[in-house]
Formats: sequence, structure tokens, C-alpha cells
Amino acid sequence: MTVLMRLLPVLVLSLLLVGCGGRGYETKGIEGLLPDLQFRLLSETGQEITEADMAGAPTVVFFGFTNCPDVCPTAMARIAAATEAAGEGLESDLRVLFVSVDPGRDTPARLAHYTGFFSERVTGATADYDTLRAMTRRYRATFGYDQPNEFGDYNVSHSSAMYVFDAEGRARALFRPSDSVSAMTADLRRIAQG
Amino acid sequence: MITLLEWLRPWEPSLPVFLACVLAAGLYVVGMMRGARPGFWPALSYFLGVGLIYVVTQTHYDYYSQYLFAAHRLQHLVLHHLGPFLIALAMPTAVLAAGLPASWRTLPQGVMAPFFRVLGSIYRVLQQPFIAGFLFVGLVYFWLTPDIHFDAMLSLDLYWFMNWTMAVDGLLFWWLIFERGGRGITPRLSPGRRIMVLAAIMPPQIVLGAYITFSGQNLFEIYDVCGRAFPIDPMLDQQIGGLITWIPAAMMSVIAAVIVLAFRLDQEERAEDSRTETTLERA
Repeated sequence: MTVLMRLLPVLVLSLLLVGCGGRGYETKGIEGLLPDLQFRLLSETGQEITEADMAGAPTVVFFGFTNCPDVCPTAMARIAAATEAAGEGLESDLRVLFVSVDPGRDTPARLAHYTGFFSERVTGATADYDTLRAMTRRYRATFGYDQPNEFGDYNVSHSSAMYVFDAEGRARALFRPSDSVSAMTADLRRIAQG
Repeated sequence: MITLLEWLRPWEPSLPVFLACVLAAGLYVVGMMRGARPGFWPALSYFLGVGLIYVVTQTHYDYYSQYLFAAHRLQHLVLHHLGPFLIALAMPTAVLAAGLPASWRTLPQGVMAPFFRVLGSIYRVLQQPFIAGFLFVGLVYFWLTPDIHFDAMLSLDLYWFMNWTMAVDGLLFWWLIFERGGRGITPRLSPGRRIMVLAAIMPPQIVLGAYITFSGQNLFEIYDVCGRAFPIDPMLDQQIGGLITWIPAAMMSVIAAVIVLAFRLDQEERAEDSRTETTLERA
């Protein structure tokens, strides 16, 4: 009994940590785990874009690159479907920011062409290497480049998560590749409704 | 290609970690300058322990720790096992005390006495062999629980909290194992009990390491979600991490048991020499 009482702080700590990130999410709640939305990038229109441009609407941020053969197109198709389903009947808008971590190949024009394929809710953006490194680090993500082949093509390792911020820019949920579109839809509606 | 300067630059600078390492090394140096003579090997062991803890937390190595499971396991092996092991092996109390300003050395008896009494009570509870062993293994299991590991690697605050708990617990545990010299507040266990504690923490670490190594499932999704430092098969990364949790971690117990026995033999030899000298003097 005495030993149990002495181990109580450990058990309490465990319970507190297990409860991190917020409850009731069908995907992964990340409330309080990540900092607010903050960035300064070059958008697909060639203009500067910041978090202020996203204020007032829940925003989903994804780090990828347009030459990505599988992860990015799948993620974009899933988030386009989820925002479409969640957006029905909602007063607030839902936005998706596709941040290319491959500025060497992804020009604003290329990004505009790519994002237009998925949904008009999706905006493409990129920046120089250091800015991208600082932004991904802020959200505990990383990216890296493979050696180019004889044609100059190279693969890019990047995060597969989608970071969901509410209308005030607070980090609320993380969509993983294992989360279903219906779970993403439910959480997007919940976040949009406050 | 990363330059040496980039390697030395911390990936996530942490002032508390930086200060703790600088203070630990600085106090020891001041202690030696004031006349404390720890000897070459204890001093080397101490600086190596502090240095390793600094390297895995405040250089570019930390980047790999955050984005590769295997590198993370190696970081925790240093923070929880190797670094504190080397520091405790050096038994640096006397040198550190000599490095402290004279007025600070009397703090536990002065106005701060009630605070130090509470701290001492907590310390004695944590240093009970069962609790020390339970915490040592329990923390490894706790931070490797997939959901908790996910949150700890996602939140920078939790990440540092996790690393601090590992380093502090490592120091507590290895201090209990290697405690010797003048009597302090650390319980003095017999060599047999020390070896029993060391033996008791081995099987749970082996089981956990083997489970991670042989699991056919990707247990730690966070490294896929946040991206890996470089392209590597997730299962290979997990297997290497599992092996690090399993083999070197358990081997540390064996090495520590040999050292505990060596200390015991050394103590017996000294006692024998002292008895012989007394007998000769009488004769």
C-alpha cells in the first residue's frame, strides 16, 4: 500500500500525459502540443502569403512536393474529399495550404497548376530552403533530398501529416495517413464549429 | 555536406540543458583548482559522461534523435544509461562540493534547512531499491508507449521533459549502484543487493527491446508522420532502435555488476592490507 502511494505521482503523470492533445477527436488531437499557425511564404500567385491571409477559417497545412509520386496526391485527394464533405452547410470556409518543400522545382505557376487539380480550397506556397526549414521545424516535421539521378530527378522525404489549425490559428488536430476521410470530415466540422 | 560548425550547433537549443552541462563541468574544474584530487580515471569518466549528454542533446545529433527512431534510442541510451553511469562511477560529490562557494555549502544547515529536509526525504524514497529499479525500467516503458511517445516527439516541451526525466532518473539509479566513500544520504546497499537490483532491471529491458525488434508492426508512427531524417525503411529503423533498447542497455547491468564486485574486492584487499600492517606493527 505504501509503495502504491509512493508510485501515485508516476501514475498521475501517466494519466496527464495520456490526456495530452485534447479529447474527443476521431483523428489525433494536438491541442497545446504544437505552436499556433505562423508563416511567411510565396503563394502560387507569386504574392507573399502569411497566416493573416488564413485568419477566420480553419486551415489544413501539408508539406509536400508536386513531383511526389504517391503520398502527396493521395493526401491531397483525401483532404479535398474531407473538406468538401465537411464544408457542406458550414458558414465558415475551410482552407488547405500545400507547402512545397521542393522550391528548386516547384515554381508558383507549377504549384497553381497542381493545386487546381484537387480543389479550389487548396492554395500552394513555397519559400527558400531556410524559411521552409524553420517552418517545418516549428511543426516538428522535417524534409530531405535524395541524390539526383542521371536525369536530374530526385526524391524528397517529407512529413505525411496534415496539421489542422482553427480559425484563430491554434493547432487542433493532426491527420495521419491512417485516419479515414470520414474521421477527418468529422473533426474538420468540429473544429469549424468552434 | 554538413560542416563541423553545423554539427556543433544545437538543432533545438535548450538553455537549461546547456547551463546544466556547463555548470557540471565548470564546478568540477573549480573543485580541482581548489585542491580536490579525484584522480585521472574518475575525472575522465566524469567529463566523458557530461560531454556525452551534451553531445546527444546540444549538437546536430539531436536532429537525428528527433527524426529517426534508432538515433532516438541511442540518445536515450546515453541520457539514461551511459552518461549518468560514467558520472556516478566518478563519484564526483567531493570535487563538486569543493567547487561550490563556501556559503553555499552551509545552505542545507541554514535558512534553507526545511527545504533541504523535504528534498532529502523525497530523495531517500526515490532511492529505495525497489522504487529506483521500478522507475528506471518504468520510465523506459512509459516513454516508449506508442501514444505517449507520439505526443512526446510532437511537442517540444514534452520532448525536453522526457529527456530530463531520463537523465535525472539515470543519475539517481547509477548513483545508488556506485555509491561509496563517505556516508551521505544515499542508502548504502550491500554489493549483493546492488547486483540483485542490476539483475532485476535486465529482463524487462530485454523483453521490451526484443518486442520492438521482432514486431512486424510499425509501432512508432510519429517518425512517418513527421518525416525521417533521411530515406530509410521504417521497419529497419525500428529494428535497429529495438536492438539498442535490448542489447547495450542490458549489457550495462552486467558491466555495472562487474564494477560493483571489483569495488568489493578492492575494499577487501585494502582491509586485508591494513590488518597485515597492524599485525606487523604489533610484532
